Amino acid sequence: MSAEAVVADHGHDEHATTTGLSHTKLAMWVFLGSECLLFGGLISTYLLYKTRGNNRTLPTDVFDIPFTSVSSFVLLMSSLTMVLALSAVSRGEEEAGRTWLLATALLGGVFIGGQVYEFTSFVREGVAFTTNPASSAFFTLTGFHGVHVSLGIVMLMSLFVASVKGKLTQRNSETVEIVGLYWHFVDIVWIFIFTVIYLIPAD
Amino acid sequence: MAITEHTPLEIGPGDTARYAQRPLGVFTRPQEGRGWRDWLSTVDHKRIGILYGASAMFFFLVGGVEALLIRLQLAAPEGSVLSADVYNQVYTMHGVTMVFLFIMPLAAAFANYFIPLQIGARDVAFPRLNALSFWIWLSGAIFLNTSWIVGGGGADCGWFCYSTNSGVAFSPSHGVDFYAIGLQILGIASLVSSVNLIVTCLNMRAPGMTLMRMPVMTWMLLITQFLLLFALPVITVALFLLMFDRLFDAQFFNPDAGADPLLWQHLFWIFGHPEVYIIILPAFGVVSEVIPTFSRKPLFGYEFMVFSGIAIGFMGWGVWAHHMFVSGIGPISVAAFSLSTMFIAVPTGVKVLNWLATMWGGKLKFTVAMKFAVATVAMFTIGGLSGVTHSVAPADTQQTDTYYIVAHFHYVIFGGGVLGLFAGMYFWWPKIWGHFLNERLGNWHFWVMLVGFNLTFGPMHILGLQGMSRRIDTYARGYGFEFWNMAATVGSLLIAVAVLIFIWNVVKSKRDAPHLPPPGPDPWDGRTLEWSIPSPVPTHNFDTVPQVHSRDDWWHTKYAEDDDGRVVRVATVEEAAQTGEATGVHLPSPSFWPLAVAVGLPLIGYGLIFNLWLALIGALLTIASLYSWALEPVDDPDAAHDHHEEDHQEAQEADNDGDEQ
Repeated sequence: MSAEAVVADHGHDEHATTTGLSHTKLAMWVFLGSECLLFGGLISTYLLYKTRGNNRTLPTDVFDIPFTSVSSFVLLMSSLTMVLALSAVSRGEEEAGRTWLLATALLGGVFIGGQVYEFTSFVREGVAFTTNPASSAFFTLTGFHGVHVSLGIVMLMSLFVASVKGKLTQRNSETVEIVGLYWHFVDIVWIFIFTVIYLIPAD
Repeated sequence: MAITEHTPLEIGPGDTARYAQRPLGVFTRPQEGRGWRDWLSTVDHKRIGILYGASAMFFFLVGGVEALLIRLQLAAPEGSVLSADVYNQVYTMHGVTMVFLFIMPLAAAFANYFIPLQIGARDVAFPRLNALSFWIWLSGAIFLNTSWIVGGGGADCGWFCYSTNSGVAFSPSHGVDFYAIGLQILGIASLVSSVNLIVTCLNMRAPGMTLMRMPVMTWMLLITQFLLLFALPVITVALFLLMFDRLFDAQFFNPDAGADPLLWQHLFWIFGHPEVYIIILPAFGVVSEVIPTFSRKPLFGYEFMVFSGIAIGFMGWGVWAHHMFVSGIGPISVAAFSLSTMFIAVPTGVKVLNWLATMWGGKLKFTVAMKFAVATVAMFTIGGLSGVTHSVAPADTQQTDTYYIVAHFHYVIFGGGVLGLFAGMYFWWPKIWGHFLNERLGNWHFWVMLVGFNLTFGPMHILGLQGMSRRIDTYARGYGFEFWNMAATVGSLLIAVAVLIFIWNVVKSKRDAPHLPPPGPDPWDGRTLEWSIPSPVPTHNFDTVPQVHSRDDWWHTKYAEDDDGRVVRVATVEEAAQTGEATGVHLPSPSFWPLAVAVGLPLIGYGLIFNLWLALIGALLTIASLYSWALEPVDDPDAAHDHHEEDHQEAQEADNDGDEQ
């Protein structure tokens, strides 16, 4: 069997996959399935422990709902800019794509900044990581989410740099889509966390 | 971007020079070759499979030595081979080693090697991630075992490491820290590998290979990957909580602060019970290939086999609390989990019946592989039946933490998992290495192992029902434990002899191979695609990607029914098999970066335990390696996209433009 003959066999559909999705996109979906269980475990842990205060201040006692509502809103808006970034890149408008990528990363950064502020003010009010099971569970859950957002920002900035170097074009806009999948997932997880942890009262 | 089997074959023979001339960072892009360095940078799924298998067998010996120490300690009353403290460490590390460092990677070896071959693909979806999985696994395995040297001993809390035993107060050495971090590293490896293999199975099947035409082994391995995908994050959460408790004074498992030790048990067993199926399903897959081949019949009830496997995969998530019947979870939970535990025996029973029905009326040929496969079914059935007795909660209350449990799970994991994977080794050895394992030595291996296994673990049923606890380092005279403990110790020595026979078999059959006729592509008259290509498998697997027309496609290439419904041979192997002589097949280039990334992780682990600066160095190494990896040009299919003809000059320019994905 000569090489030429094999090329002739498959030369026309070298990107064909069985499902029609690219490997990387499918992999991201599969990975996000796994992430659901990770956050599921952490959220369950917090729900089990949210009233275990060891006679010290509970996280629910120091929640600042208006503040967290605003930072949640900022994070949700970053999903909108993410969609706009993908739309721009896939239409070949690289300049606009860069703008929206940067905007998404900035909004994510604002959210992280808000989380840092929130954590420090909680510690000042007597709820630190080691205070009680409830606080350990709270900081671990929201901290994990924060790490996920931060990794997302790193990915967005990598895309931004790639775009500046001219390596992010319409042809590989799928990369933006895949980072977007991750970004939206992290946002959705925050909707769960905000609803279940912040909005539903402890007792 | 990954290389698919559909990627055009655009590099001429011998034209690998342009891949070697790309210095990036500190590494020159390696070329695929034959020296030992090539094993460090390989991305070939077959070589990675072999690496998994060889390392797993090494840790089998490590875990086996630990097992023998346990049995020597317990051979007679008031044993003094090990101190109580060391005994705790040895049985913990025995369990952890056998589960995470032997059976799981051995199953991963089969998955890596045979999933692409059975679905007609040239590699997995992400070849470099595949290498990463292996190297992370190996670095985690080494990390875990270095706790003997630098951690003040192994973990000493049992393989399920219940809180509060795992706390600093009761386990002050660093053993549990190594356990918590080591298993996280191993978990990353399995997670990456599961994503990779799921995408491979779903996305890289040869034309015509529908899901319901996939070989049952690939099906079982696919279900295993889904179980890994969903189970590992749960134990990762548990391990994180444990690590934070021990290293950073979190309060997750501190009952004095109001924490609930049962949280650990729930999280662990939500992972831990699917883990049982993660261990056993690959062996089920192997048996489902071996038995039809040596019965010369198609697998009975293919659909039932597939769907019972899926049913096990789902129901495996609803039975975890049967490990916790004595922990006070309440009568409703106990009743619910009793029922679900009884139900999960049904799909397993379906499988056993289908294997028997496959053999029924078949032209049975008892090669060593077949003997191991049949023994797997028999031994697993014994273990499965004693498992059903655990679903009877009152009886289980009596049996919890006794040797009855030890007997049960060894019948399932050793009798099912290990014997099944040995069947796979004898079956596929000629495919992997191009020569058979010696059948005469194989018979010795089989019978000594079977007798030794039953002699070791059979008596433990009796010991357990007599009330002997597990995890005790010794026992007093006069309880009637003496005879059966000695029997079990003799049995364990027989198992050790059997393993030595196997190793001798590996050496001897390699040595004898040049004097024996080669097995050819299809020595067993096999049914699935891997038998349609030469043994050993050429680097590119398939000369042409096969077109699949039916289940057991290779069998139907060789045989058809005549007008009277009799099976007649329509093609010889020589006519139908591929020659493996295709040249210029476009294959993914090797890379050192997966190894570099993997080296960073244990550094982070040591750093978390001993000195955070070290963790920082490890993290920087990992991040830098990840970025270098991302910037390292894959021999990009996009570059090939525009070049259907072999135009090297043009391809090189396109490459230098740097389609960096």
